[in-house]
Order: sequence, then C-alpha cells, then structure tokens
Amino acid sequence: MTETSEPLVSAPVSPGRAKFLRFLIRDAGVLLALVLITLFFSVSAPYFATPDNALKIFVQIAINTVLAAGMTFVILTGGIDLSVGSVLALCTVVGATVMIDESLSPAVAITLALLACMATGAACGFLNGWISTRWKIPSFIVTLGMLNMAAGAARVVSDNSTITGLPQSFVDFGNLIIGGFLPSIFLVAVLVIAAGWFVLRFTVFGRMIFAVGTNDEAVRLSGHNPDFYKVAAFTISGLTAGIAAMVYLLRLNIGSPIAGVGYELNAIAAVIIGGTSLSGGKGSIIGTLVGACILQVLSTGLQLLGVGDNFKPIVIGLVIVLAVILDAYRERLLRKIR
Amino acid sequence: MDDVILSLEGVGKIFPGVVALSGVSLSIARGETHIVLGENGAGKSTLIKLLAGIYQPDSGTIAFNGMPYQPKTPHDAQQSGIRVVHQELNLLPYLSIAENLMLENLPRRGFGIVDRKALNRRAVALLKEVGLEIDPRTRVEALGVAQMQLVEIAKALSYDSKLLVLDEPTATLTPPEIKRLFAIIKRLKAKGVTIIYISHRLHEVFEIGDRVTVLRNGRLVATRDLHGLSVPDIVRMMIGRDIADEFGFDASIMPGKVALSVTNLKRDATTPEISFAVRHGEILGVAGLVGSGRTEAMRALFGADPKLDGVVEIDGRPVAITAPKDAVRHGLSLLTEDRKGQGLLLDLAVDKNITITDLGKVSRHGLVNRSAEAAAANDLVGQLRVKASSIEQAVRNLSGGNQQKVVLAKWLFRGTSTLILDEPTRGVDIGARREIYQLLWMLAAAQKGIIMVSSDLPELMGMCHRIIVFSKNKIVGEVPRAEFDQERILSLAYQEYVRP
Repeated sequence: MTETSEPLVSAPVSPGRAKFLRFLIRDAGVLLALVLITLFFSVSAPYFATPDNALKIFVQIAINTVLAAGMTFVILTGGIDLSVGSVLALCTVVGATVMIDESLSPAVAITLALLACMATGAACGFLNGWISTRWKIPSFIVTLGMLNMAAGAARVVSDNSTITGLPQSFVDFGNLIIGGFLPSIFLVAVLVIAAGWFVLRFTVFGRMIFAVGTNDEAVRLSGHNPDFYKVAAFTISGLTAGIAAMVYLLRLNIGSPIAGVGYELNAIAAVIIGGTSLSGGKGSIIGTLVGACILQVLSTGLQLLGVGDNFKPIVIGLVIVLAVILDAYRERLLRKIR
Repeated sequence: MDDVILSLEGVGKIFPGVVALSGVSLSIARGETHIVLGENGAGKSTLIKLLAGIYQPDSGTIAFNGMPYQPKTPHDAQQSGIRVVHQELNLLPYLSIAENLMLENLPRRGFGIVDRKALNRRAVALLKEVGLEIDPRTRVEALGVAQMQLVEIAKALSYDSKLLVLDEPTATLTPPEIKRLFAIIKRLKAKGVTIIYISHRLHEVFEIGDRVTVLRNGRLVATRDLHGLSVPDIVRMMIGRDIADEFGFDASIMPGKVALSVTNLKRDATTPEISFAVRHGEILGVAGLVGSGRTEAMRALFGADPKLDGVVEIDGRPVAITAPKDAVRHGLSLLTEDRKGQGLLLDLAVDKNITITDLGKVSRHGLVNRSAEAAAANDLVGQLRVKASSIEQAVRNLSGGNQQKVVLAKWLFRGTSTLILDEPTRGVDIGARREIYQLLWMLAAAQKGIIMVSSDLPELMGMCHRIIVFSKNKIVGEVPRAEFDQERILSLAYQEYVRP
C-alpha cells in the first residue's frame, strides 16, 4: 500500500485522558451520587451514621443485590425479567420444603435445598429465555406470564401456607455477622456480584452478552447464535433468583408463597440507577451494586428523617426517573469523548 | 458574486479527539448548485450537520439570507428554509407515502381529523415533481431504496425550501434513477432553489454542479468553478496527490480451482433457481438493479435468510448451510450492504468489533486475553490503515470508509477462503475506496475467492474477472472481462423488467 501524504487529524484529547474521562462519567458518577447521598443523611438524619445502621443496610440490600446481579445480564442483552420476584417466592417454598425434611441430616438438607433453589430458578429462567427466543416474543410479555405461573406454583407447592421450622444451624448462619461488621448474607451478595463482574469483564461469554445487546443481527451474521446468549442470560437471572431465595430463607427463616412481591421492580431500578441501559449493550454490574445501595440508603435515610411511608415511594420514584435522565446525558457526553 | 444566500465565516467544530472542521469560510450564491467534495472524515458530514441544526459550531459564524443563522434543532433549520436530505433516510416505514410527505403539516378537517382526500391529492402532486408515479397510499416499507430517496426529496420540496442540501443522494441509485434525479435537480435549479450537493461520485458532479468546494481533513482546500476542471484536478485537491488507475486491475493474478459453487439455489416458491461459482483468486462481479435479488441471493447462500433448495459446494465438497454460523465455519465471509445495521457493533470499540468473529483466537479457557486482543486489533488496524484515535474508539465515531475497513478487518481476523462483499464501497470516499480495492487485490493474490456485488458499474468493470447479471431474481447472463461493455450489462440488467 502507498504512503498517506496527510497526517492524522490532530487529537486535543489524548487516548489516556479520554479513558479517564470515560471512567469518571460512566462509572464514578453513580458512586459519587451514593457518597453524596450517604453524606447528606449522615449529617441530617439521627442515628444514620452508626455502625448498627450500616449493618442494617447491608442486611437489607442483600436480596435485591443478588436479584439485580442476574437482572443485569438480562438487561444487557436488551431483555427484561419481570418474573424474578415470584420465582424467588417459588424457590423459597421449594427450598424450605426440602430443608424441613426430617429424614435428612441438616447438612444434607441444606445442601439439597440450595441445589433445589438454584435448579428451580434456573429452570424458570431457561423457560423465559427459550420461549421468548424460540417464538420471538418480547421478554416483557413472557416474563409477565412467568410472574403469574411461578406465583401460582409457589402456592401449589406450599399448599398456600408459610413454611417454618428451618434447621437451627441454617438460621444461625443467617444471623452471623462475620468479624462484627460483615453480615453473612451480605457476603453472599458480594460474592454473587464479584462472580458476575468477573464473567462480564473477563470471559468470552461476557463479551458476547455485551455484543448481543449492542446488535444481535451483526452478531448472528458474524457466525454466532445470539439466541444462545439470550437464553443463558435469562437462565442466569433465574439462577440468581434461586440464590436470592436462599438469602431470603437465611434472613427471614420462612418459605412463603407471597414472598417477593414487587422485588422485580426494585431489581430493575437498581440496574438502571447503576447505569445499565435498558436498550442493552451498555452497563456494569458494579454499577448495579451501587444502584442497590443507593435505593436502600435512600429508603433508610428517609425513614430516619421521619419522612412517612406515604412520601417515601414518591422520593424514590423521582430518583429512579432522575437516574434515567442523567443516563441520557451521560450517553451524550460519552459519545463526544469516544 | 453579489447575491449570497449562505455564507460561512471561519466556521470550526471540535470533538474530543478530532478537529472535525476548522476555519471554513464559504459563500453560496443564490440559485447555484454547489458541490461539496472530500474524503472520509474531510468534514462534509459535520458541515451538513451544522447546516441542519444537529450540531452547533464552536467558532465562526453562519449567515443565511443576510441574517445570523444559529439553528438549535433541525426544526429551526427547516423553519428558516434550509432542508437537508440525509444519506440515511428518515422515513416511517409503517405510514403511507402521503403521510410521510406531510407528517409535519397534515391537512385537517377540524377536530384534528386528517383530510385524507387533500392529503393524497397533494401527495400525488409532490410525487409528480420527482417523477414518481405510485399510489401515495402505499406504505413506505413496500418501496425500494431508490424510491424512498425520491420520497425524501419530495418531502423536502413540500416545505418550500430555499436551500436544499442533498447528502450523497445517488449512493443507492441505478443509472436511470440518477438521470431522473438530475433532471429533477435541474428543474429545481430553474425554479431558483439553491442546492448544496454532496457526493462521492466524481463523474456525475460535472453534469449538475456550478461550483465545487473541496474539503480535506476539516479544512477548506478550494472553491472553484466546475467549468474547466477535470476529474484528476479534483482528485488531486481531495487527496493531495494523483491517482493513476483507481481500480488497479492486476492481470498477473490467475484464477485457480473453483472455491465456491452454488447450484440451483432457490430462495422461495416464487423465485427461479440460480447457479454460479467463483474461483480461488478470482473477483466475480454481481451486477443488477437495486431489488433484482442480488443481495437476497447472497444472504440466502450465507444462511442469513432461509432458502428452499440448492447445493452449496466449497472446494468441491457439498456443505450444509442453514445459519450464518455454518457459513462462517466453512470459511465464508459476508460484508453486508447495511454496515451499521448488520455489520458493526456501533457502540463497541474497534478491537471488540474485529475480534467478534473468532474470540477463541484471543482467549484461553473462556477468558479473553486483552493484550493479545489489542495486539491483533492494532495489527489489522495498521495493515488496513483504519483512521481511529485508538482501537478503543467506538466505531460509531468513525467515518464510513473506516467503518468499512473495520468490517473487512473482522473477517480478515477470522481468516476466510471466500468473501462476499455487498456494496463494499457505498458511502466510502475515493481515497479509502482505493485502499479497499488494493486490499481486494491482495486477497485475490492470496487465492481467496471474492464475490463483489455493486451498483457502481464502472467499479465492477474495473475490478472483476467476470460479471454475472441479475434481473428480477434471475441470473440472465455472464460477461467475461474481455467483453465488458456498460451498455450490454445494463441491457441485461433490464432484460426481465422490459419483457411483457
């Protein structure tokens, strides 16, 4: 090939600096918001900045964080999973039923319950993904159907009653606070987030999740099967719903067919506040963790400030809308930098 | 020049990473047809977007009709009387032609009810202006690209625009359609409409243009009268050097054994069976009108769309292709005509676009090796001379030619035995075009089979060993290089459409 006679167009922003700016805008923005909100409540709300309250918040975000981790995969591929709340309910009653079987030793019962929860959740998620890709139906509708089916199945399995009497060792583990500052169930949530982060960031599979969400037709014409990755994302979301069900059992010690009502919306809110785009292809799971923290800090903080239960949802709703507006601006800024 | 309709004074636009436009001063006379030329990234698109109100300049001033012109939105621009027909068409596919034409000003009968009669009557009149005789109630999705283009122009006319900006209007048109478009442009000019016309096809601009402005790397090189200029003059201004032979046909390359053969391929019950083959080291041209089934045949062969019947053989062995992944596994590559919609992951970086075809090559145990990936991507970016600030730049922000190079790079990364290229130089400027031609010759020399679908007949005649011609889904003829003749190929392309 011949030489170009023209130099490349000069670049006033160096690649390194652009990278840093991108990081600031994309990832640090939500974190900064969390810090500011936390500071605000620390100053204004009594008891907010106490170790006890911090522990409480860690305990309270565990379930939503686990659900939102799986939800991040689905939303990254451009889908949505409305069924995770009732899949969680189904998994709590399945898990609890296995665990209270007196013919098993506690250790075996707990292990089997964990496996049953994960298998049930993954099966529901797989169905969501398989149906929506096989017949090309929007996942919104398919998972809305699953929301109802799983809720019904939870009642059938539990005979419409709450299941209690979990093994004492299990209950004790749920109450455990490691080193006096790390609740066991928060540790579970952090481990799930870490696993998700690793998969999305370092694996071929994670790369394909982003690619499918960016342009599934281009992925198909590049010689891949995008449906495989979509089904996998839904299966992961179901799997995390199963793990979240175990966290629920650890925290509340009951299997309940009416658990998890509305949880799907909290999970979606955490993902979106965390900066993942609803149209797919863009986002991060660390953002999701931060998003879940923001939701809970707000909720707890407002409560401590004496904002009534009626006003609290209004404020939280506003924050969700605000996050999406900021996301739109962030996209515009990022486009200019890249 | 006494009657200036639009004047730019030292206009500049900077994006982080690129100076898109710098110190551009330009006067457009009322009633002239002004051609704007330039390579990829020369600043043409930026200039258009400033006029269209999509971007605002960072420096300099623009005056329109003697008044400062500072549109904040495309709507502002339209209100002022400047109308831009973008290269990417902006029609609503599920609405009728008439509704699209008058979307912003639907005739009403009171209570907000649309006056369908008036709507369709006015639409017929507008369509007549652009020579489209078609029922205005037809949904836009049923139209071909060329017809959509004409609808866009008719839409621009419906607003009594003072200044019409046409961005590469002929990119997807066939020669007769281009002829018709030029007749329309001349008629508009006669009516006093000022036109700014952007194109990559140098030969055609002489027919309609009064003056030409050439941009290079965001700066204005010159504004000249077209009269007295030649194509080489303009090329020199555009790229700052001479281009001897655009295509560089390499007669030393001898096609070898058959690489890919297609026998009795039948897409669906209504289309005829087609057969063709390409040899190793051969560039096979595929000509035909837009909508003649060229693209569809290639997609069916590649497994992108379902097919009813037919045998595909690679190096003499029949292979089953039911999805693109089968085709890719057997060494086929497809560069689609719609590179943004089907070829690229626009929001992802250059490197991720390149490695998507074979991540296994830069990963171990399912983990992507980022440094191996960056090395491979940098290597290809250097080889193909992709102009990007780094391999981490999103491909959305690259120019058309550079985006096309990224698509080629992704197939080169995978390694391929036969490439199917559908309109590889559409929306690509002359400099990058030449680089793509050179690359194709390198691939041919490396004994790859190459199928090149193009609406640009001179390009096919410059590049190919043979040309097969599609007409109404049928292959109506095959012309060897020794017998290349524009008239003959065109008449073949029309053959099935003129028969009773």
